[in-house]
Amino acid sequence: MIKIKDISKSFDDKVVLESISGEFQKGKCNLIIGSSGTGKSVLLKCIVGLIAVDGGKVFYDMRNFSDADHDMKAEIRREIGMLFQGGALFDSKTVEKNVMFPLDILTKMKPDEKIDRVNFCLKRVGLENVGKKMPSEISGGMKKRVGIARAIVNNPAYLFCDEPNSGLDPQTSILIDELIQDITYELNTTTIVVTHDMNSVMGMGDNIMYLYKGHKLWEGSKDDVTHSGVRELDDFVFANKVMSALRDKL
Amino acid sequence: MKFFYEVGRYFIFLRSLFINRESFKTYYHLVLEECLSIGVGSLFLVVLVSTFIGAVSTVQTAYNLVSPLIPRYVIAQVVREMTVLELAPTIMAIIYAGKVGSSMAGGLGTMRITEQIDAVEVMGINSISYLVLPKIIASVLMYPLLVVIAGFCSLFGGYLIGAATGIITPPEYIFGIRFVFNEFTITFALIKSVAFAFLISSISSFKGFYTQGGALEVGIATTGAVTNSVIAVLIADYLLAQLLLA
Repeated sequence: MIKIKDISKSFDDKVVLESISGEFQKGKCNLIIGSSGTGKSVLLKCIVGLIAVDGGKVFYDMRNFSDADHDMKAEIRREIGMLFQGGALFDSKTVEKNVMFPLDILTKMKPDEKIDRVNFCLKRVGLENVGKKMPSEISGGMKKRVGIARAIVNNPAYLFCDEPNSGLDPQTSILIDELIQDITYELNTTTIVVTHDMNSVMGMGDNIMYLYKGHKLWEGSKDDVTHSGVRELDDFVFANKVMSALRDKL
Repeated sequence: MKFFYEVGRYFIFLRSLFINRESFKTYYHLVLEECLSIGVGSLFLVVLVSTFIGAVSTVQTAYNLVSPLIPRYVIAQVVREMTVLELAPTIMAIIYAGKVGSSMAGGLGTMRITEQIDAVEVMGINSISYLVLPKIIASVLMYPLLVVIAGFCSLFGGYLIGAATGIITPPEYIFGIRFVFNEFTITFALIKSVAFAFLISSISSFKGFYTQGGALEVGIATTGAVTNSVIAVLIADYLLAQLLLA
């Protein structure tokens, strides 16, 4: 479980996050949703420590990450897998080497064991024959899947996904969402997904946090998101014409 | 004020290279890869430029030595001093900054804007140490070798053009480059090359590592890396000459 308490962040004079608190449950897909520019990705980066918070604390299973020393932070980070918006694959390494990277650095596994683990993870994300290719030789959807394989190769306790289906076609988006959901249940990870895609929200939103202009306005599940009674959230949810038509029918 | 902020940040960056490092085994392969990229990758340009510089220096020195009282082997002596003291370490440093420094800044800048550095950081790895330290070590190891090669090629270029054009005969040239030779100039050139290699690689990496924005900013960072490296090299060149030769 990940707990955040009163997270605040400003860039120069612009307040991006203001006193955000919440809990992200283990074995569930926890979604942070909101329009572009509401601070979703900043919140995610604050949680993993890529951006220093101005105020507030982050706890990883009761371990205070915000006040931890370097060794403790490194230890917690080694339990983290993260899928970045663009995949963030290393251009100079093959797909196989990209997925193997955390094992090379963080473990003392033997080469054969590492190759087996990499092959298992690539197979798990449905990419069995691309190991020798360079990231520039594969599609956007494949890059995301390689990113997921790299994120799970070290059996993470915490999985973070920053806009996992941005720039993908609807079918591939659903595949990626299902993959993240399956992995979450399979590995029992605490998964946090930042998204503004309503398909993702309705498909995998076990626990949803809605951000609006740097504030947390609502928290609930996908079952409640369509009748939250929060005007800003309704505007967000029903901005999609399909969702809007569905509401009119109901 | 911004200047002092940047200088302070540069020294903090340098400090971060050496704290919370990964194991030496991790760096071994990375340093070898960088040595190949920096050393072998720069070899052609270094050989080409230095050979021509040596040739041109010979022709221009001969052009300026008009008095018949001055023996012709002085041409080779002048070319040797110019090459060892300045052309090989310093002019090559400017070329090195343009080729290797810009590549370092561009590579790290692209890694930054595509979140590859964040990906390293989020795994609990000191990204500065992991990505930059091998570049600096490889640079400090390879650049002095390139300077030695540049010095040799430059003198050889002078020899070739002297012999081909009849400006100076081969025996005179060989005599000239050995005449009143002070070995310390070689030591001085190597000291300079180590200092320049460190400055170019660290400044270029610093500029690339802290790139923010998109492709345009990567271009700006790359240009800044070359400009700042060249300025640092010229200042260091003067300071080292003042300290070690004056």
